[in-house]
Amino acid sequence: MLPHTMPHRAAIWNFIFGRLSLAAFPLGSNLEDRIVQFTFIGVVVIGVAILAAITKYRKWGYLWREWFTTVDHKKLGIMYMILGTVMLVRGFADAIMMRSQQAFAFGANMGYLPPHHFDQIFSAHGSIMIFFVAMAYIIGLMNYVMPLQIGSRDVAFPYLNNLGFWLTFGGVVLFMISLFVGDFSTAGWLGYPPVSELQQGPGVDYYIWGLQLSGVGSLLSGINFVVTILKMRAPGMTLMKMPVFTWTTLCTSGLIVVSFPFLTASLLMLSIDRYLGTHFFTSGMGGNLMLYINLIWVWGHPEVYILILPLFGVYSEIVPTFSKKPLFGYSSMVYATVAIMVLSYLVWLHHFFTMGSGPAVNSFFSLTTMLISIPTGVKIFNWLFTMYRGRVHLSVPMLWVLGFLFTFSLGGMTGVMLSVAPADFLLHNSLFLVAHFHNVIIGGVVFGIFAAINYWFPKAFGFKLNEFWGKVTFWCWFIGFWVAFGPLYIMGLMGVTRRLSHFTDMSLQKWEIAAWIGALIIFCGIAAFIIQIAVSIKDRKKLACGNDPWDGRTLEWSTSSPPPEYNFAFIPNVRDRDAWMDMKENGGDRRPMEGFNLIHMPKNTASGVVIAALGCICGFALTWFIWWLAIASFIGIFVAIIVHAFTYRSDHHIPAADVSHFEHTGNWNPEQQGVAA
Amino acid sequence: MNTTTIDTTGSAPIEFYCRQEPPAHNGTLLGFWFYLMSDCFIFASLFVANAMLGTNYAGGPTGAEVLDIPGLALNTALLLVSSVVFGFAMLEMARQRKGAMLGWLALAGLFAAAFVGLEIHEFIGMIAAGATPERSAFLTSFFVLVGTHGFHVTMGIIWLIVLMVQAGRSGITEVNIRRLRCLSMFWHFLDLVWIGVFSYVYLIGVLR
Repeated sequence: MLPHTMPHRAAIWNFIFGRLSLAAFPLGSNLEDRIVQFTFIGVVVIGVAILAAITKYRKWGYLWREWFTTVDHKKLGIMYMILGTVMLVRGFADAIMMRSQQAFAFGANMGYLPPHHFDQIFSAHGSIMIFFVAMAYIIGLMNYVMPLQIGSRDVAFPYLNNLGFWLTFGGVVLFMISLFVGDFSTAGWLGYPPVSELQQGPGVDYYIWGLQLSGVGSLLSGINFVVTILKMRAPGMTLMKMPVFTWTTLCTSGLIVVSFPFLTASLLMLSIDRYLGTHFFTSGMGGNLMLYINLIWVWGHPEVYILILPLFGVYSEIVPTFSKKPLFGYSSMVYATVAIMVLSYLVWLHHFFTMGSGPAVNSFFSLTTMLISIPTGVKIFNWLFTMYRGRVHLSVPMLWVLGFLFTFSLGGMTGVMLSVAPADFLLHNSLFLVAHFHNVIIGGVVFGIFAAINYWFPKAFGFKLNEFWGKVTFWCWFIGFWVAFGPLYIMGLMGVTRRLSHFTDMSLQKWEIAAWIGALIIFCGIAAFIIQIAVSIKDRKKLACGNDPWDGRTLEWSTSSPPPEYNFAFIPNVRDRDAWMDMKENGGDRRPMEGFNLIHMPKNTASGVVIAALGCICGFALTWFIWWLAIASFIGIFVAIIVHAFTYRSDHHIPAADVSHFEHTGNWNPEQQGVAA
Repeated sequence: MNTTTIDTTGSAPIEFYCRQEPPAHNGTLLGFWFYLMSDCFIFASLFVANAMLGTNYAGGPTGAEVLDIPGLALNTALLLVSSVVFGFAMLEMARQRKGAMLGWLALAGLFAAAFVGLEIHEFIGMIAAGATPERSAFLTSFFVLVGTHGFHVTMGIIWLIVLMVQAGRSGITEVNIRRLRCLSMFWHFLDLVWIGVFSYVYLIGVLR
């Protein structure tokens, strides 16, 4: 483990490099360092290959102009989805390493991971899966779909949207650097003190600054989406005519605005403790570590609803579309979403009934936790009743929905078991808990994300995804999930605690091996997903589909696939909940092809990339006590913000002739594009 | 739900698309409100920390011993006056009088700077007397809450200077009005937080 003090060497080196020294690099010949070295070689080889390919095909300018500096919500949405997929692979690599350790580290066999390494892996796995997989995916989905659903040209703050993406990316970079330079935190995905306090090395600082960067990014997205929905809906779309996905986006974004500050504040206090030696959460001098645990769960519990609500929206879009009938109980769906949003704020203490706050407090949080299952149950029944007597078409997105209904309902029931405080005293920090939250997060969030990708991919790219590989992905994940986490429920009920890197009771090994096999099946699911994408891109001509391949009901299906930069040449007038279905049934699906207007759009900007890069450098410098660099990059952030504030021309116009050309041909007129940009 | 029946009484065809461009929306002020709301929760967390840790003196000085109430009176007066002065600047902005607006803004900035100066003076005095943030959890929560507020005020002053330069150069334009309105909200928001700090952290702090 790296010390938290400065290494012994000449003062000048300590000035230049802070506490960063050769000892931070994994140069040893032990197994732990070898694993990192091979990973590093793999990353370098793949990285160099990608960079070389971009250079060879002269794509840097294209990437910079069209993607990195873009303020188009659709492109940012796609970039979030790619980021989420890359980090899913990273997070899964952590998972399979843990499962492999636990399957074989029994009795005399100590496994291949020393405890210190194992602790870093479970900490990284949890933080990455929540912040950089699930969050990236849901923000990507909301970014892509919501403005199209409300008939808008863009989000309210396109520049902040770009900045938010790059801040999230900056957090990812810090997390990935921690793999090769120094250690990662060993304090779990929430960085509980006292383990995360001063005696810990730089790993916790990577964790803190990575999350602070991406947390600011999420907050910006949240504010952006709330204002977009409240201010930019198409004429006629009253709140109770919004698609359910837009409703869930509104509620999730509202939750982001009111809960992420608690994450920021908790981490701020923790970092002040670590950098200045103060006593918020220390064991001595009046500090109180339960304060941290309460505060971070005031963020943490709403966070799990932030993750699941948009996917509830996804299911509410897919089920009616593939059942060929309107959603059952739209109003109850909306009220259930709002009820969940409010209740999610009142349950945080159920994460630590064992704190010992007494029967009155525990009963209150026990009850609120049970209550929240009621609106969730309402939703489940609404989806079931929507399918009832519908013409259900078992396409890939629908398959994921069915898998979700089965898996998530069971996960919800084990959640109600955990909400019973006396039972929780036995199940707290056991594998039962681990199985429960994977059950709802994989069964609810991940299944929903795959459903959404299969559902909206044709909108984003103009061709469908391969059905066969989509089904393989589904069955591998569905079966793999139950094989991997069923045994964890059983072991948890027997009292096995979480985060163990070695077992002495040989009778548990059969369960651990079963769980390992489950993880391997999930691995096949991830591989099948990547194959599905690759095969579909290869066969894109064959899979090409029209603008509205599923006979959709909401406005995103009314525009071209992929939609033009301006989304809609003419903003639709909304008269009904399923606005596009209403237009199709009443002859409104033929778009006007003349009389185009000049369209006003935001202009690309590089300052998001610059500010996030400086933020990332600042985080790295703070992690390693390189004060001069931290101060310089911090000032740099200010300068960049002020320079950006002096840019008054942040928009451009697309001439009506260009709009007309695109609407008639589906392509930009290459000669006129220069004028537009 | 497709329960809406088509209106067949009118003779005009249903217009499914807006043929004119929609009017520009302005969500900036609303968005800034949401930002302030979220910032409010950061302060809420720090207030919670102070509420929980405020009597954990760990054998060190208590609130009654270190908190400077006469200094607080002056400090609070400075900040509140600064808010009133900022209000005058906004009135001049509405009248499109650039010079007067810039004058009031500068005055508001000076009051805020004096507030920050006094606060730093108070901090230095406390630290010299041995009441450092590392001394006890009470002092940790005190310094961080009051310091976070002071940091916000400092950021507000920098923002104010930038906006004065911008308004000085390009005048009271639509964009600058929007930005000044945001800063105005920020300025009053910090006053509001300070009322919490002064009544809870200081006044209750000396009584605890």
